Amino acid sequence: MSVLSVSVSERPLLRQNTVTDHLFGHLDIGYWNLMVEVAEQMENGSEGTWQPRILAFLCNWCSYAGADLAGTSRIQYPPNIRVIRVPCSGRINPLFILKALQSGIDGVLVSGCHPGDCHYLSGNYVGRRKSATFKRFLEYLGFEEGRVQFSWVSAAEGGRFSQVVDEVTQEIKKLGPIKKFVKRDFRGQGAEGSSEKTRTLEP
Amino acid sequence: MLQQKIRETAKELLAKKAVDLVIGFAEGTLPLRATPIFARTPEEADRLIWNSFCENNLATYLRKFSKFRVGLVVKGCDARSVTALSLEKRFQPGQIVLIGVPCQRMVDRRKIQKAVKGEILQAREDGDFIVVKGEQFEVSLKRDDFLYQSCMACIHRTPVKADRLVGDPVEEFAFEEANHEIKEFEKMSPEERWRFFEKETSRCIRCYACREACPMCFCAECFVDSSSPKWLEKGLTSSDLQFYHVIRAYHQTGRCSECGACERACPMEIRLTYLTGKLNQDVKELYGFETGIDPEAPPPLSTFGTEDWQEFIK
Repeated sequence: MSVLSVSVSERPLLRQNTVTDHLFGHLDIGYWNLMVEVAEQMENGSEGTWQPRILAFLCNWCSYAGADLAGTSRIQYPPNIRVIRVPCSGRINPLFILKALQSGIDGVLVSGCHPGDCHYLSGNYVGRRKSATFKRFLEYLGFEEGRVQFSWVSAAEGGRFSQVVDEVTQEIKKLGPIKKFVKRDFRGQGAEGSSEKTRTLEP
Repeated sequence: MLQQKIRETAKELLAKKAVDLVIGFAEGTLPLRATPIFARTPEEADRLIWNSFCENNLATYLRKFSKFRVGLVVKGCDARSVTALSLEKRFQPGQIVLIGVPCQRMVDRRKIQKAVKGEILQAREDGDFIVVKGEQFEVSLKRDDFLYQSCMACIHRTPVKADRLVGDPVEEFAFEEANHEIKEFEKMSPEERWRFFEKETSRCIRCYACREACPMCFCAECFVDSSSPKWLEKGLTSSDLQFYHVIRAYHQTGRCSECGACERACPMEIRLTYLTGKLNQDVKELYGFETGIDPEAPPPLSTFGTEDWQEFIK
């Protein structure tokens, strides 16, 4: 059984108990402990604390270009986001957001063009209405405020994009790993305590 | 009397062949229930009744009769559903003749069953009272104490766009403050609200009675049946149950007429109107839209305003 197939919380560091452990076990124990630490680092980042995984839906014409500008300008921002490029923020279906949360993603960011600047003229206006009603509905149900966030970022706002990502990452970090809605977390374990080992996302 | 007028109107429409069939209510086989009927001749129209057990939203049958001219018996909420359907172009103008009945508010059969000990074998309406009889009891209950939640808060009891109104318009007022159950729910903390939602949906058996009872759920392929992309699975994992109810309610944004048919149809007695009620409230507050009242108003999520609320956007 590979040590990596067990979740971090269940992998205790071994202690030396028996006589044989004392005499010969130090080598094996050392190796085991090293493996545990390496696995923890791979999963949790070198600070040793949990890192949130955030999905960002960026509209192709403004926000994605803005993120690209942040990249070419070598502006540093937290690496916790994964980007999905959509043609317009109006393309976002609330099903996308819920599906992401169900897969174990800790937070979702939806970003589009500023009002009036939509490439498709009114896509972001319609998207604004969907976002507003859906967000208010989720909060009404008791879902944590701050996991699903929205922003307007234009193609020229590279610095601002990295600022938004920073803010969103901090806020989601404070909320902790997602527990509500989760069906299978991407560590390959059923959240219901089932024996499913399928992965929804590659790490 | 409303029942008499409904029968006369239906017979007239059928005799003149103004409609192919009339959909209305008839005496149910179970106590406290009325059953929908599809009358195609004036003789069949004699079975039509009207009482406080006519709780179904008959607009849900329109999806099966899109090629026919239909006479539909509607209460206030049902008429709003029909207007919302016509806004979504589900039928041709003039295809539906609305037989509007000003509603006296419907009686909650579950509340009545809970108020007596023993199975109810017979029930009848007697003026302001509902008389229920079981094997060992006969009780007279005051009708107004046993109304549906959605009926108590209703302020649109007179059908808004009826072709034939069979009674005088009633004075519109709510027994209960509008959105009372939503305000009560919002008083709870987020954790309490989530636990409530989780507990309610945990009883769901995915029978989709709510979806079938709702006139606005008419998609040829429902999102639950979609296999590519597969949004959610068919099983009873709590995550899937919550997903289903969030999205089913959300798909009613700006379309729900608050008839309560979903909650009434649910075999597990899951609370559902507090979900769609909140969405209706938001749509009214943010975009000034009320389903089925103004036949010219475009659906709120199909249109936009340049100055919509956006404080939540960074």
